[in-house]
Amino acid sequence: MTDLKFTRTHEWVLPGNEEMIVGITEHAQELLGDMVFIELPQIGDEVNAGDELGVVESVKAASDFYAPISGVVVAVNQQANENPAIVNSDPYGSGWLVKIRAKNPAELEGLLNAEQYKTEISED
Amino acid sequence: MPYIPHTDEDTKAMLADIGVNSTDDLFDEIPDALRYNDLKGIPAGSSAMAMLKEAERLAAANQNGTCFMGAGCYDHHIPAAVWDLASRGEFLTAYTPYQAEASQGTLQLLYEFQTMIAELTDMDVANASLYDGATAVAEAALMAVRINKKSQSNRILVAGTLHPLYRETLETIVRNQHLEIITLPFDPHEGITAISALEKYNNEDITALIIAQPNFFGCLEQVDALCNWAYNHEIVTVACVNPVSLALLKPPSKWGEHGVDIVCGEGQPFGSPMASGGPYFGFFSTKMEHVRQMPGRLVGCTLDKKGKRGFSLTLQAREQHIRRGKATSNICTNQGLLVTAATIHMSLLGGEGLRQVAEHCLDNTANLINKLTQIPGVKRVFTAPCFHETLLRFDQPLAGILTALSTEGINGGYPIGSHYPDLDNTLLVCATEMRTEDEINHYAQTLNQIMTKRGS
Repeated sequence: MTDLKFTRTHEWVLPGNEEMIVGITEHAQELLGDMVFIELPQIGDEVNAGDELGVVESVKAASDFYAPISGVVVAVNQQANENPAIVNSDPYGSGWLVKIRAKNPAELEGLLNAEQYKTEISED
Repeated sequence: MPYIPHTDEDTKAMLADIGVNSTDDLFDEIPDALRYNDLKGIPAGSSAMAMLKEAERLAAANQNGTCFMGAGCYDHHIPAAVWDLASRGEFLTAYTPYQAEASQGTLQLLYEFQTMIAELTDMDVANASLYDGATAVAEAALMAVRINKKSQSNRILVAGTLHPLYRETLETIVRNQHLEIITLPFDPHEGITAISALEKYNNEDITALIIAQPNFFGCLEQVDALCNWAYNHEIVTVACVNPVSLALLKPPSKWGEHGVDIVCGEGQPFGSPMASGGPYFGFFSTKMEHVRQMPGRLVGCTLDKKGKRGFSLTLQAREQHIRRGKATSNICTNQGLLVTAATIHMSLLGGEGLRQVAEHCLDNTANLINKLTQIPGVKRVFTAPCFHETLLRFDQPLAGILTALSTEGINGGYPIGSHYPDLDNTLLVCATEMRTEDEINHYAQTLNQIMTKRGS
């Protein structure tokens, strides 16, 4: 968890050499409630940081989630598609959503670390 | 009977409560310059009795005649029970109720309606209706863009044989949504969309194809070939269909090898009387895999906590009260009262009754075409087979003929020249199950006399 970087829109990204894994945070899944449907991007989609990546739909609401970094979508989590509940039960693990091949890894420096994100959500 | 439930005292109490002197003061923030205070054409309020007399006087000026006009709105028999039941106070609402689950009866009715539309179109899921057939086509175009993730172009091919007013509505609604509408030419001999018209788009990025069956000219399109072409080019298919015709024609789910993605159309033939443009309602169905991108409200069947069957609004996360600007539709309303009538209408007819209606339409129209084209100077325009409507060309100016027919109590049809300049002096004629042999003969004889007289 300490390796993760966070956005103010409640996504996380695991920095890696090539492919970076992206998901939504524990806090986000808690706010949204039980997930019923996940709409994921197409593999090959090019995204800029801040672009819509997909939609997470819970019993309460449907919310967009956004790309924390720019790059190309190289994988999507089909398991989350088939069983959205894993986004609730394991948002930082099996409930990941998208893998992005980052175009500009330096963008990570603009994201929040775990400590900063914690402060951010405590101010909500 | 007052339809506004507040008494003057209620209004005063409410205004006092929020500290405002008059109802007009609530509109203070609208600048004077933007107000229209001079309503010269609007008479003062009148009593129900006086209003009815005036309305009857105006209505008496209508020249209805024996109706041979279709063009999107059809003169079908409506069993007396339909509006007797639909007008009951329990049903009499134009809307989905806002406390939806408190109105189990209305939800059950909408659920039955959805089931009937899903069965009729042979699709997995139908919504609780849309505003009308034209807006349903526009919603289908927007949905097609949402579901075709492979296409980046937002270019939509629309058959030039789709109802011209539907195409105008489509343009109006999608114009500012970055969609490009490309109208396909039709074969001037057959009156249907030619596959060859599609081939020039073989190597282009096209998002969706919208076709009509039967088309505006009454002709039957080669839907299998059109759908197969679209499927092979990863293009989403939208079918705009006449619901009565589905009793005889292959359902859209079976068009081509894979069926269509979205079915929509005008519901007027089921229980809505012909009126000046409505109100009517649109129907809309799709494959289950696309359900989350479907516009409109959706009623589901579920069990309550005691295990009893109940109904609730379903997949509301698509809708605007939750999804706001990202909602799958900018009209999540439905046409409650007309859908009520349609549901009762369909349940009274049943599958067999509906098939009989469709067969009578087919037979009567064949008879009408046969009789009218025996008149010198009247010819069919197109060769493709038709359902309950066809286009005829006249060798004399049409306007005078239609006026003369009207004087004889016959509404002869719909001239389409204003929509298709190349088809000047052509008339779209229709004979539903309502037209008797005598009426058809009378039309043919009268037309023959008029044309002989004018031609000489």
